[in-house]
Order: sequence, then structure tokens, then C-alpha cells
Amino acid sequence: MTFLKGQWSGIWVPLLSVALGLLVGGIIMLVSGYNPIVAYAALFNGIFSNTYVLGETVRQMTPLILSGLAVAFAFRTGLFNIGVEGQLLVGWLASVYVGLQFEGLSPIVHIPLAVIAAAVAGALWAFVPGFLKARYHVHEVITTIMMNYVALHVVNAIIRTYLLAPGERTDQINESASLQSAFLESITDFSRLHYGFVVAIIGAIIMWFLLWKTTMGYELRSVGFNKYASEYAGINVQRNIILSMVISGAFAGAAGAMEGLGTYGYMTVMADFTGVGFDGIAVALLGANGALGVVFASALFGGLKIGALNMQSVAQVPTQLVEIVIAMIIFFVASSYLIHWISNRVNKRGKI
Amino acid sequence: MDFMQILQLVIPAAIFSAAPLIFTALGGVFSERSGVVNIGLEGLMLMGAFTGALFTILGEQWGMGAASPWFSLIIAIIVGMLFSLLHAVASISFRADQVVSGVALNFLAAGLAIFLVKKIFDAGQTPIIQERIYKTDVPLLSDIPFIGPLFFSSAYYTSYIAIALAIFVWWVIFKTPFGLRLRSVGEHPMAADTMGINVTKMRYIAVMLSGGFAGLGGAVYATSIAGNFSHATISGQGFMALAAMIFGKWHPLGAMGAALFFGLAQSLSITGQQIPGLKEIPEVYLLISPYVLTILALAGLVGRADAPKAIGQPYEKGKR
Repeated sequence: MTFLKGQWSGIWVPLLSVALGLLVGGIIMLVSGYNPIVAYAALFNGIFSNTYVLGETVRQMTPLILSGLAVAFAFRTGLFNIGVEGQLLVGWLASVYVGLQFEGLSPIVHIPLAVIAAAVAGALWAFVPGFLKARYHVHEVITTIMMNYVALHVVNAIIRTYLLAPGERTDQINESASLQSAFLESITDFSRLHYGFVVAIIGAIIMWFLLWKTTMGYELRSVGFNKYASEYAGINVQRNIILSMVISGAFAGAAGAMEGLGTYGYMTVMADFTGVGFDGIAVALLGANGALGVVFASALFGGLKIGALNMQSVAQVPTQLVEIVIAMIIFFVASSYLIHWISNRVNKRGKI
Repeated sequence: MDFMQILQLVIPAAIFSAAPLIFTALGGVFSERSGVVNIGLEGLMLMGAFTGALFTILGEQWGMGAASPWFSLIIAIIVGMLFSLLHAVASISFRADQVVSGVALNFLAAGLAIFLVKKIFDAGQTPIIQERIYKTDVPLLSDIPFIGPLFFSSAYYTSYIAIALAIFVWWVIFKTPFGLRLRSVGEHPMAADTMGINVTKMRYIAVMLSGGFAGLGGAVYATSIAGNFSHATISGQGFMALAAMIFGKWHPLGAMGAALFFGLAQSLSITGQQIPGLKEIPEVYLLISPYVLTILALAGLVGRADAPKAIGQPYEKGKR
């Protein structure tokens, strides 16, 4: 079990957590009278069986990557952004608004404009908790949760008051702002795959570049490691806290644009949160807060969510089983102390 | 519509809406006073609401009649306590980040409750329960002029239980040795440990109490307000209770006051249409008011709110 020590431990904890999460899911299925082997076979078939589900998996991954990046970016700098969900909603609304308002623009101008509008909206929404944290030392966890609910109600009110179309939703955005693509749909057997995944990959590259190749990223990470030492070294901690939240919020807003410009092309009056922002927390944790890790974790969760549909139709297991598995994975990643403790015990005795 | 009629409309509705929030916020006070952040209140409430709806329906089938919802409340307390054990084990014993663990608890509750609903009822929601917790006039007190019709007629017993419990919890936390130990563990666990208090045990008890209370809050919501359980039954009430706890400065009576105020805001967004002058105010302002007020409270703009000192930190014996 020496693989649990040293540089590889960073990879084994997530992998073991996934395995344990699936194990718990299997036990729950057994207890509630389903056949876990049949169900899991259906689940994995559902991820890899044809091009349609592959397209849907990538579509599902797209906003997950961006919301995961948002959480991971904040984590890197010592902040916990639970407000991704709210930032995503305002970003979604901003992207749809820009998509509706401008006509006759070329897609080369319109799409970036709408995505940037979403990112700016998300950034502004995240500025509030960032500012309160920096200025008044208010814990960002509570403020971001509260901002989620404010976002939900405000976004609904704005849609109802200014943008309402029949069916409790906004109109369809103009073609020039849409990320949807007839070509991508045709090669994936008419899934809802859209060009958003390019945006998500660019987002991952931006995060990696910002954090590891720029002075700003160095300062942000430094504040995350130890803000007192950073302050002593002459880094403006307050400014960096705000900056970190704002960049995190920008990623979250862009995640909203993926829904607004890609998957749906409009926004409905939301009865509840999308869940994408909360899944971002799971994605970031499992991806160890790295850009590449986030992409892999999104692939896993996106795949599980799409595969769950097949699991339901073949083995009659409710799709919520996957949510239970994801929750258990978070528990195990968060309790990595447990995994380290077990490995230390085992290593001391010198046998497995 | 005169002033009295408005009060008669608003105050009972506020007390009615506030009861689940009061229960859950009191649970939050226990957990956080012991130094364990409990973001998982929402999930605990959700499990409570599910249990409340399920066991009321089962109680009806078992011929328990009007006692069914009360029976379900007791089961919900037990389920809440058991479910909160997950948070306790992860965040106290395995030193997981308490916020992450709480978030995971919320995820798990949402998935598990709907999974079980689909398994048991083969539908996305439970049937509507028949035996709800009923409205009653409190004997004698409802005859008091002015106060009687406002506070004691056609109200739910659960609301009075919530208010009485808030006072009881205040007594427990501030007037008993147990409360002193609980608070010391949340303020300075090492000092408490030195004095022979078992930090781990106290925190387990506190988290399980929060689970019991939040489970009760959820079940009260299901059996009095919602009438059944679906994925949308609990959407934010747990976080609103968390907000009430913070707005009430981690004090049982403060939490109750804040919960009553948030209940008022909630009820105004429903009854506001009937009240002259309020019709013009868009509903959204009332809906967001609890959350905005909490942010302002935390920023020190409506009085400072100081959390217990050791909150969020796992206690490791011997570590300085």
C-alpha cells in the first residue's frame, strides 16, 4: 500500500473515493431490492454505447467544467465559493439578454459579447461576498449562500417583468449569439452538443495560465497558502481576496452562458436551482482544484448523470442514485484523513 | 380594511410560517455553539420533511388517525439524528472540512429522499397526506380581547411548541452545566479539554441535537404547510433557518425572533396581495429580505454578529 504515500497520494485519494462512492451506491441498490451489477452495467453502457450519449455527456460536462473551475479557483486562494449557483444564474440571464438585444451582429462578435456579459455579471455577483470578506471579514460561505437565493428571486423577477414570453420564459436568443450547431448535432445523432465545450476548454487553459504563469496567480496562490505571510511580503491581501472571488464568479457566469447560449437558447423562470453550481463543488474537490483535474472530474460526473438515464430505463433504478454516489464521493474526498489514516496503519504493520 | 384586520391576517400567518424555521434554527444553535458549522441543515430538514410525509401516510394506513402526523414528528426527530451522524463522523472524527461535509449532506439528502420516494411510491412525490396537524383555538387564551384573536386563535400547536422550545433551549444553553460545556467547547476546545470535558462527545451530541431539531422542523413543514413531499418541498428553508440563526447571533431567542421575522416576510409574500399599500411593492423584495438582512447583519450594519470562536476548526488533541 505504499502507493498511498508520497507524490501519488494526490491521485489515489480521489480514485479510492470514487470506488468507495460506487460501492456505497451498490449497497444502497442491494438494500432497496435492485441488482447493482445489472444497474452499473446499464450505467456504463449508457455512457459509451453510441454517439448520441457521447454528445450529451460532453454537453453535460461543459457547464460543469466552468462551474468546477470557479470553485477550484476560489479554493486555490483560500476561499470557498458556494455561490457559483447564483453567479451562474445571473450569468445565464446576462447572456440571454445580450443574445436577445442585439440584432444583425456577426456571430464572431455576438457570441464573445454574450459570453463576456455573462462572465461580467457573474463577477459582479461574486464581488459582493469578496468585498465583504476583504473589508468586513464576513465569512464568504454564508454570504455566497445568501447571494444564491437573492439571485434566484431577482433573476425570476427580471424575467417576469421585462423578458417574459409565453411559457414562463424568455424568447429564443438571436441565431447570431447561439452556440448551437447543426453540424455537431448531426455527427452525434441529434444530441444537444454545442460549441460551448470549446469555451470550457479555453476556460480551463485560462485558469491554468492565470494561476501558474502570471504574477497575479502567484500572489493569489500565496494568499491562499498563508495570508499573513503574504501580507508581510507586501502582497495586498484584501485586493487579492476580492480579485479571486471576481475571477471565480466570472467562470461561474460563463457556465451560465453555456446553458443560455448553448443547451437552451433561452432562460425559464426558475422554480429551483440548476444544481450545476453545487455540482461544481464536487467537481473541484474531486479534481483536486487543478484545471486538468476539473476536466476529468466533469467527465466523470457528466457521464454518470447521462448514464443514469439508461440505468433508469434498463434497470429501473431512479436517477437519484447517481446523486447519492456523488454525495458519498464528496464525503470520502473530504474525509481523506480517513484514507490516510488507514494507509498509515497498514504501512506501519508492513502488510496490507 | 382596517389595521386590526391586517394584523389578524399577517401575525397568525407569520407564526405559522416561522415554526419550521424556529425548530431548525434552534438545531443550528446547538451545532454551531459547539464549534461545528452545519450547512447541512437544509438536507436534514429535507430528510425530516420526507420522513414526516412518509410516516404520516403510513400512520394513516395503520389506523392511527389524527395521531399520525405527531407520530411522524417523533420518527423524523430520530431520522434527523441518525442522518446527522454522517456529518458528525466526517467533520469531527475524520476532520473533514465542516462546510464541505455539510454540503455533501445536503446533496445526499436530496438524492436519497427522492430515490426513496420513487422506490416506495413509484412517483416523483408522495401522495397528499390526509391527517394534517390541525388548527385550533387555544382554550381561554383565545378569548382575551385583542391578543386572543391575534396570537391564539386558529393556530397550530406546533407553533407554540416551537416558541416554548426556544425558551427551553435558551435555558439549557445558558443556565445548565451542559450548556456551559457546550459553549466552552465551541469557544476554546483546548481549554475545555483541559478541564476534563470530552470535546468529541460534546460535539457529537450537539450535531445530533441539530439533526433532531432540523428533522422536526422539516417534518412540521411537511405536515402543516406543504401537505406532501416532493423535490421542491424544501427549497431554501434550511438555509433560511441558518440565516435566522446568524441574524439571531447564535442565541436561541434571537434565532426565534429572526425566524418569526423571516416567517413574516414569507407570509407577506403570500398574503401581501390582500393588504392595501403592500400590493404595490413587488414580491421579490419580500422574498429576498431574509437573505439581504443576513448579509447586512454579518457586515455589522445591523448590529454585530460574532460566531463562536472555534467554529469550523476540527479539534485535534495535543495540537496547539
